[in-house]
Amino acid sequence: MSSTTLGMILFLAFVAATLGITFWASRQTKTAADYYAGGRSFTGVQNGLAIGGDYMSAASFLGIAGIIALSGYDGFLYSIGFLVAWLVALLLVAELMRNSGKFTMADVLAFRMSPRPVRTAAGVSTIVVSIFYLLAQMVGAGALVGLLLGITGDAGKAWTIVGVGALMIVYVVFGGMKGTTWVQIVKAVLLMGGAALVTVLVLGKFGFNLSALLGQAAATSGPKANPGSFLIPGLKYGTDAQGLAGKIDLISLGLALVLGTAGLPHILIRFYTVPTAKDARKSVLWGIGIIGSFYLLTLVLGFGAAALVGKDAIVAGDKAGNTAAPMLAQAVGQEIFGPVGGTILLALIGAVAFATILAVVAGLTLASSSSFAHDLYAHVFKRGTATERQEVVVARVSALVIGGLSIGLGILAQGQNVAFLVALAFAVAASGNLPAILYSLFWKRFNTAGAVSAIYGGLVSALVLVIFSPVVSGSETALFKTADFAWFPLSNPGILSIPIGFLCGWLGTVLSKEYNAAKYAEIEVRSLTGVGAEQATPH
Amino acid sequence: MTTREHDASVYEQVQESSEFQELKRRFRAWTFPMTVAFLAWYLLYVVLSGWARGFMGIKLLGDINVGLVFGLLQFVSTFWIAWAYAKHAEKKLDPIADKLRHEVEEKAK
Repeated sequence: MSSTTLGMILFLAFVAATLGITFWASRQTKTAADYYAGGRSFTGVQNGLAIGGDYMSAASFLGIAGIIALSGYDGFLYSIGFLVAWLVALLLVAELMRNSGKFTMADVLAFRMSPRPVRTAAGVSTIVVSIFYLLAQMVGAGALVGLLLGITGDAGKAWTIVGVGALMIVYVVFGGMKGTTWVQIVKAVLLMGGAALVTVLVLGKFGFNLSALLGQAAATSGPKANPGSFLIPGLKYGTDAQGLAGKIDLISLGLALVLGTAGLPHILIRFYTVPTAKDARKSVLWGIGIIGSFYLLTLVLGFGAAALVGKDAIVAGDKAGNTAAPMLAQAVGQEIFGPVGGTILLALIGAVAFATILAVVAGLTLASSSSFAHDLYAHVFKRGTATERQEVVVARVSALVIGGLSIGLGILAQGQNVAFLVALAFAVAASGNLPAILYSLFWKRFNTAGAVSAIYGGLVSALVLVIFSPVVSGSETALFKTADFAWFPLSNPGILSIPIGFLCGWLGTVLSKEYNAAKYAEIEVRSLTGVGAEQATPH
Repeated sequence: MTTREHDASVYEQVQESSEFQELKRRFRAWTFPMTVAFLAWYLLYVVLSGWARGFMGIKLLGDINVGLVFGLLQFVSTFWIAWAYAKHAEKKLDPIADKLRHEVEEKAK
């Protein structure tokens, strides 16, 4: 049996299991709290695993392992930003949001402000961030599955995207938050298990000697003139050829990674799925443990691929290195257990990668459709008069529409270099959402004008800077290679757009006289003590 | 929905109480400086990765260099801060928060 057949069988087993879960969850989903927040009945450990599932995207599993395999140390640098970011979520956001919000990020902002403008801004930002992220994952899915499951040709890839999109829609529309969370949990366990297995095999090959692994990685895949540079920063980000702008770009990327996570809508809504703020804390602690361990595994996978597969073979498989981890699984399996072992391991990692994409796109679709239904439909269009039933129906319909939209865009954008969309999603989250969230939790004077200015200021500045950056035009790797309207030298806007977001929030606030002391007292007391926090729904 | 609408004045009374002020002080006095510290520590790492590559390349043990150890220390510090925050919250924040919550919920009955 070939690895693609076996991979397909493993993947179909995953699909069957998750569809079973979705069917079960759909029968449990009755109220709005069930649909949006899984009835708030998950334990801290379960939600911690689901946080890992939502966060460990294909970009971080295959992408980071690939960057390490091709550019060495710089991939590690990327994963550290992703991990440290969780401290912002743990210390400043998770528990306070759980205590003062209900279903979406906007609940916390709208609490003491004029709800319609604030919910409109937060809804727009949520949908923009989620769709960018979603699109990057969908395009990645087409390319990856082609390589992993042996599906070739544009039509095959387009059908793959349709298949991924259709499954994602089924999970979200029928399973709601409950089904989606269980999909994340199953995926997180599979991903950790698969990555740990390959890591142990790789380390075993080097007698559990990390230095020997690094040495062979540098010798095999490092630059011939200076293999040692493979083990220090600078082969991908802020290279000497890019000069000062490249190094500032590195800082800008680091800022967006570390400050963006706590503003990502699909991460924020995870805090509502547990009964209390203490469980939200526990889930982030578990999330940090899982995500941190996972990035340590990818360090070994990346350098392992550099050492055992080699740069030339990896580039031949995929220019960006996205297939480094599956190729490593095959190589190490073959060396230790013979050809059958290689086939089985390749199939296993391929199926895990596919499960990863599927789970992450489902989480993103849920976040954006929830925000559309709860913020824009129920509170802006209907001014709070929609019934719970109507709201959930709209949430399901919008999941269908957003899913369909992302399938269409995913097919159109196939073959384009859209990897920058993930970094852009982080930049918008850090520049618009994070200032609005932090100000509303901690700044007494903050008001409607401030919240609206922070979100639109951060969102627009990040978008404009990216449109006029080298990732969109004027470079060989740009989206539009033939045009050149790039005047902003950095690929990552964070270093400018994050301060602009905070500044707009401050300026908007002080220029408006509005201020509600009683409401601030309420959110401050509620956020720190949990008084009046939404309870779990009894079943 | 089990959320009850409380009279806003209850919240203002709680907010002014010395117990709540103590809870707020303990929360902010720990999390704010720690946030500044871990962000500075992370930025130091990113800046050194950009501008001090010779230093990052110093070999410590075989092919294990300063850069790798520095990166791994970011993992260690993240795990440590998360653990320390959990301890701090359990010991210093949760008891006051629980007490205040019970008091307000009693009053609202």
